[in-house]
Amino acid sequence: MIDLPKSILEKAEKIFEEKKIPQHKREKILENLKNAYKLYVYEPGEAIGIVSAQSISEPATQMTMRSYHVAGSAGIRVTLGLPRLMEIFDARRTPTTPMMVIYLDKQYQTKEKAREVAARIKEVRIREMVTDDVIDLLNSQLELKIDLKKAVLFNLDKEKIIDNLKKNTKDVTIKSHEDKILVSPKKEDTSIREMQKLKSKILDMHLYGIKGIQQVVVKREGDEWVLNTLGSNVKKVMAVEGVDGARTETNDIHEVAKTLGIEAARFVIIKEASKTLEEQGLEVDIRHIMLVADAMTATGKIQAIGRYGVAGSKGSVLARAAFEETIKHLTAASIRGRKDRFNGAIENVMVGKLVPIGTGMFDLTMKADENEKEENSKSKESK
Amino acid sequence: MADMKEVQSIEFGVLSPKVILKMATVRIARAELYDPDGYPIDGGVMDPRMGVIDPGLRCRTCGGSVGDCGGHFGYLELARPIVHVLYSKFVYRLLKVICRKCGKLLTGSREKTSLKDLIKTAGKKCTACGEEQGEIKFEKPYSFWEDKTPLNPMTIRERFEKTPDEDLELIRVRIRPEWLIITILPVPPVTVRPSITLETGERSEDDLTHKLVDIVRINQRLKENIDIGAPDFIIEDLWELLQYHVSTFFDNELTGVPHARHRSGRGLKTLVQRLKTKEGRFRSNLAGKRVNFCARTVISPDNNIDIDEVGVPEIIAKELTLPIRVTDFNIAMIKEVVKNGPNVWPGANYATRADGRKKKITEESKNEIAEEITNGWIVERHLQNGDIVLFNRQPSLHRMSIMAHRVRVMPYRTFRLNLCVSPPYNADFDGDEMNLHVPQTEEAQAEALLLMEVQNQIRSPRFGGPIIAPKNDHISGLFILTKKDSVFTKEEAAQILAYAGIDAQLPDKEKVSGKEIFSSLLPQNLNIEFQSTWHKGNKNDEDSNVVIKNGKLIKGVIDKSAVGSEEGAIIDKIEKMGTPQEVSDFINKVSRLGSAMLDTRGFTVGISDNDLSEEAKKLVSKAIKKAEEDVADLIDQFNKGKLEGLPDRSLNASLEVYIMQRLAKAVNECGEVVSAHVPENDTIYMARTGARGSLVNVTQTAACIGQETVLGQRIHRGYLNRTLPHFRKGDLSPISHGFVGTSFKAGLTPFEFFWDSLNGREGLMDKSLRTRHSGYMERRLVNALQDLKVKYDMTVRDLTNSVVQFLPGEDGIDPAKSNWGKFDVDAFVNLEAAKDD
Repeated sequence: MIDLPKSILEKAEKIFEEKKIPQHKREKILENLKNAYKLYVYEPGEAIGIVSAQSISEPATQMTMRSYHVAGSAGIRVTLGLPRLMEIFDARRTPTTPMMVIYLDKQYQTKEKAREVAARIKEVRIREMVTDDVIDLLNSQLELKIDLKKAVLFNLDKEKIIDNLKKNTKDVTIKSHEDKILVSPKKEDTSIREMQKLKSKILDMHLYGIKGIQQVVVKREGDEWVLNTLGSNVKKVMAVEGVDGARTETNDIHEVAKTLGIEAARFVIIKEASKTLEEQGLEVDIRHIMLVADAMTATGKIQAIGRYGVAGSKGSVLARAAFEETIKHLTAASIRGRKDRFNGAIENVMVGKLVPIGTGMFDLTMKADENEKEENSKSKESK
Repeated sequence: MADMKEVQSIEFGVLSPKVILKMATVRIARAELYDPDGYPIDGGVMDPRMGVIDPGLRCRTCGGSVGDCGGHFGYLELARPIVHVLYSKFVYRLLKVICRKCGKLLTGSREKTSLKDLIKTAGKKCTACGEEQGEIKFEKPYSFWEDKTPLNPMTIRERFEKTPDEDLELIRVRIRPEWLIITILPVPPVTVRPSITLETGERSEDDLTHKLVDIVRINQRLKENIDIGAPDFIIEDLWELLQYHVSTFFDNELTGVPHARHRSGRGLKTLVQRLKTKEGRFRSNLAGKRVNFCARTVISPDNNIDIDEVGVPEIIAKELTLPIRVTDFNIAMIKEVVKNGPNVWPGANYATRADGRKKKITEESKNEIAEEITNGWIVERHLQNGDIVLFNRQPSLHRMSIMAHRVRVMPYRTFRLNLCVSPPYNADFDGDEMNLHVPQTEEAQAEALLLMEVQNQIRSPRFGGPIIAPKNDHISGLFILTKKDSVFTKEEAAQILAYAGIDAQLPDKEKVSGKEIFSSLLPQNLNIEFQSTWHKGNKNDEDSNVVIKNGKLIKGVIDKSAVGSEEGAIIDKIEKMGTPQEVSDFINKVSRLGSAMLDTRGFTVGISDNDLSEEAKKLVSKAIKKAEEDVADLIDQFNKGKLEGLPDRSLNASLEVYIMQRLAKAVNECGEVVSAHVPENDTIYMARTGARGSLVNVTQTAACIGQETVLGQRIHRGYLNRTLPHFRKGDLSPISHGFVGTSFKAGLTPFEFFWDSLNGREGLMDKSLRTRHSGYMERRLVNALQDLKVKYDMTVRDLTNSVVQFLPGEDGIDPAKSNWGKFDVDAFVNLEAAKDD
């Protein structure tokens, strides 16, 4: 039988210290605690996977499909409910609404300072600095009217914008004229379409802040100023001055796996999934979600739940064939000369054998005659 | 049973021509099926040497009858080789990495790699013989080109033959690739493609047979043409046609070629179609199986049977049987049962003699058989009271959807079940049907009893709380019983208890309080304190906090948070303290007590429950009027351009947010008015105790329905700049965008009714979409996790024995045994520490 896990031992020790319980008594209490704990523990053979899968998907039938929810009056629209849950388990490359929660260092705990950090984080494109854009076909040039007041907020001025433009464009001449920037292609007689293309390219150009962060909202959470963002870029945001990197959160699982490692990704899966379920008012034990997260990350890489992930890379040919893409799995197995040894659940159902889970998990090997002898000797002893 | 074999493992591979010849019994060479007399032709596709399908006949190869003979393969020599479509992609990939001249891998290294990597790195020149390689092109489903000249299967096969085994091993190919170019086609036995004789005497052949006939016919023509030396283009055409037929024989849903069809236009169901999809062999016949000894009928509720019982109609009990071996101990009972015969319950339907001969028990033979019975017989007797059966309601979303019940045979035609078990099945009684299965062996019964019996499923593994618990009227009844002003005379109290079928000791007093009656069901050592559901709307009520000391209800009312499903604190506590039997007893008794209370007092709901006083009505209309004015004000500000927008939101969107907020506030105010002004009545009791319904329902009936939304927004769809032609263009007012200011009781205006149906339609769409999506998600989750189990060392492992978790859930605690996922260490240690002092 297993020992008390660390988390329980620590709790007990804490009470021991608080109540100043003498040593001899502690041992006895621990002994009793262990016995009580045993009543709570999983039994060997428990089909823990199926129970967890059911425990998550049974309440999912009660979830809403309505995917958006506006968090607070000034908040950000977030994907929620069943679509979000599927997104997590599918391990999509990017969430439909990537989001970050950014905590700030102590020195930045005022509204003004928080705003300052927010301004440094938010991605600014040229589009946002431009109040008016005109394509002048006569002179074949692009006129961009710059909002100089706004630019100051982001530590920018016209020269800086022009510098930036020069760095990132080719084959154009850039001139400054009053509060306007004039861009004209070096090539003669450019078509309207090419001008349009150039315009949208320039407008979408990154100017300032962190790439990918589309929106930043400053919020008061408890006694702290917190930034919520739409768009995610953990690596860059953590390095920004004033940001408490250790507490920075994101909902992009792959990004976390890449920057912080697989254990962190597992944690994000658990957190995001339980948040989604909780928000819908559904009670699911966190242990079930942990198991799913562990199954997704046990190989060291994030695997989706589904045909291209965990279910598609299982050890049994028949189990895979029964799930999806039957023919693909059968032909591939035949080329490689694969063998199915019937270790899993569904394969054994197929051939009518006992499923090796729960009461079907063990075999009994015994020699009948020896057993008889033992029985006899035992019964004699008892007499 | 004697020569039953067990599958140890299955190895996958490809049949070589040699093996095909070896396992075949017939050479197929003729396209005709039957001779003019209707007999199958030797050497035809229905050659009787390939097995029997007509009952009564014997197999000409093995002599077995229909059940014994599994059928025998035939073979067909193809006039020209054909690419196996299902492997054509692999053939293409392999062609890319082997030399056109010597067949060796296009790699200098002898390291093992994957085919995928090799395709990327393969050189233009053979490393073994120096031959320049052409560019291989593949066109789905089965055409190949090399440097723009077609590559026929014959050439491909020749190349593959040259590839040495060692080279194939490097890319982990464990078959001879030339086997993928079919020269000899195995013809499946007739038993897998039986023909059906219609009532008219006409024979209708299986789709596979049709396809095989096509193949044989074209093969024959191709051969003749080759023999007479026909021009190349004719031979090429026929070869292509043969390739088409053989390909559709394997898979009739190939892209790029037309599907083979019946004369009626229906597509043929060939090999791949037989295996694939939900209706295919794998999911429909292998992963799921049909069973005997089951029954299905409508369910109805019955408060008087226990939660672990199921009422089985006598008609069904007479049909479902249980095999009982006759011994000294039961022979008298068995004889009795056999004498009753098949038509009188409890009787028996079949008797198997010790030598294995099975006899049907009939009215005529019953007495004779009863005399004859000795030890060692097996009698299939009717289902009787106390037998263990499995009871199921679809969709089986979690393990509590199938539980073991004990049979109670009853009249009429429906299954009866206790109301308290309806939450785990998610059953109601508006016509729901349920299934019943009878485990036939003692092992199966024992396992069902230990693992699946209702008593053992009370705590849900999902959240670690009780899921089987009293509901609806039970809760209303218990609340009314335990309310502070509930006092009964001794006679009344005894009456209620007797009505509920409870045998309990009452305190020896003239007047007995409801709390005392309830306490008689509690175990002596029960101590618990918690907040009742009633507390929510009645914070200062003395009954809002529940205190139970030494099995006595001292304070508080019993409602959903005490005994309800998913919440019930008392059920949780008793489940953890006592045996499963004790909990189920408690649930049985408590639910009956609730019903008995209502039966004596009466419980009724009417539309007048939702009457508001004049004063309240005024408050409601004032709240709504004020809100409408405020919204008009907002719109005015917006139109004048004075409205301040929210950050990162357009002005339009900001206005929407403001309006929604203001209206929501008005509805909340209505709710408060209702909750303050509606007098206590049975409707309110139900809502406040969590028995059924909520205050939202009351508010919507009495005061105001509120904003109807589509996709979480006010209603905007409809005509240009307006929702309906009755409004002015650009109208932003609440009523034109789905605000319903009236109540269900007062009645809706036509507009409001329309907005409500929009919302209702969205709900319906959402529901049907949701069930589809969540069903698929469940299938994927279960498929991904089904092999995970807890091993003896408390690690969680998958089927390859690799560890997924070292300790399940990080602390090893099974939610199904926990208290809402927790093991209260603090409470336990504190209790233990206090003990010794």
